[in-house]
Amino acid sequence: MGERILLGTRKGLFDIRREGNGWQIGQTAFLGDPISMVLQDPRDGALYAGQALGHFGVKLQRSTDDGKSWTEIPAPAFKKQDDDEGPSVSSLFSLETGGNDQSGVLWCGTIPGGLFLSKDHGESWSLIESLWNAPERQEWFGGGTGEPAIDSICVDPRDSRHVTVAVSCGGVWQTQDRGGTWQLTAEGMYAEYMPPQRRNDQRIQDVHRMVQCPARPDALWVQHHNGVFRSTDGARSWQEVTAIRPSKFGFAVAVHPKDPDTAWFVPGIKDERRIPVDAKLVVARTRDGARTFDVLSTGLPQNHAYDLVYRHGLDVDDTGERLAMGSTTGHLWVTENGGDSWTLVGGNLPPVNCVRFC
Amino acid sequence: MARVAFTTNLQRHVACPTQEVSGSTVRAVLDAVFATNPRLRSYVLDDQNRLRRHVHIYVNESRIADSVGLTDPVRDSDEIFVFQALTGG
Repeated sequence: MGERILLGTRKGLFDIRREGNGWQIGQTAFLGDPISMVLQDPRDGALYAGQALGHFGVKLQRSTDDGKSWTEIPAPAFKKQDDDEGPSVSSLFSLETGGNDQSGVLWCGTIPGGLFLSKDHGESWSLIESLWNAPERQEWFGGGTGEPAIDSICVDPRDSRHVTVAVSCGGVWQTQDRGGTWQLTAEGMYAEYMPPQRRNDQRIQDVHRMVQCPARPDALWVQHHNGVFRSTDGARSWQEVTAIRPSKFGFAVAVHPKDPDTAWFVPGIKDERRIPVDAKLVVARTRDGARTFDVLSTGLPQNHAYDLVYRHGLDVDDTGERLAMGSTTGHLWVTENGGDSWTLVGGNLPPVNCVRFC
Repeated sequence: MARVAFTTNLQRHVACPTQEVSGSTVRAVLDAVFATNPRLRSYVLDDQNRLRRHVHIYVNESRIADSVGLTDPVRDSDEIFVFQALTGG
């Protein structure tokens, strides 16, 4: 059961522990600096924090003493090109460990769309050239992030060579050979924001967030720019979920670790306004594979609430009972009963980018 | 030798004391600094060795003209200042 939450915010990293019957903010790090991503490697206990310093670029920090001290290690970066137009990493936007059989392997998705692999605990990084050089990438573009963003990386627990990544806006991509070759697998998604002729173009689908059920890895859920999609065949095809309430727009999604039919979303008004429907913050939960949804509001603000939960701002622990949710207005809520009721942990935090149980 | 000084805001992240180095262009001067302080490079330059968008460099009282090639000339008596822009924080 998750007894600890790492919170990456616009103004630092917060380490939150369950103590007694409640949650307490403990250690802090990098106060004042934006943290785009946090990760605990369950294989060796190391902590990682991705920084996006406003003036001085992206940095990657690692702690091997559980957050007491941090050391800067090389951040993923593009090689120098001969011309002046080459890319530069502007955000470490997703960070995941490789499989349990791949000690030291880390995957990092970036803005502007480069996927990087480390085989040595982040000491060095290699761009996955096969994805970067895919002709389809020329069609990718940025959503809310300006440039294309690899926001989700799912390593198949049955076969760590099988990795599925999601791009905003660039669809869903899969490799079966640890990045050697890639397939675009966003069939079934559609894009309302494109000209009608391009509506079903897999290359430009805006996947805000994709999650994979650890116990049933063929079950994946996506919060897309213009709706919710579900796959039950390992992301080979996607079906739209229409029963979600009170709206189909949002950024975050979490899936139950054992039950592939249970997932949580945080809906909002699309996309011109981006505020909760009727200024009431709610979580939408399905327990029957998206046939029906519960709208959960107990403990959440229901009057003039303008919190958004970004794509990495919702997480579920390994029991599926505890979830944590951090918002753009600096609130952190935790539920210990699958979302039936929520407790406010902090209300004056910086805007939250990333929430992770560990 | 030219004298190179860095904003104190950068010192919070990486040690970069004022120092004197040789070089006939801004690029050459910075490369000389990075040779002894390699971690500093990524704080000042991006992946393509361009000046970061929210970092400014002045040679004496003039802001450099070439933030991509960093070809602005430097003389031995010059003072070079690396600042953060007042944006991007």
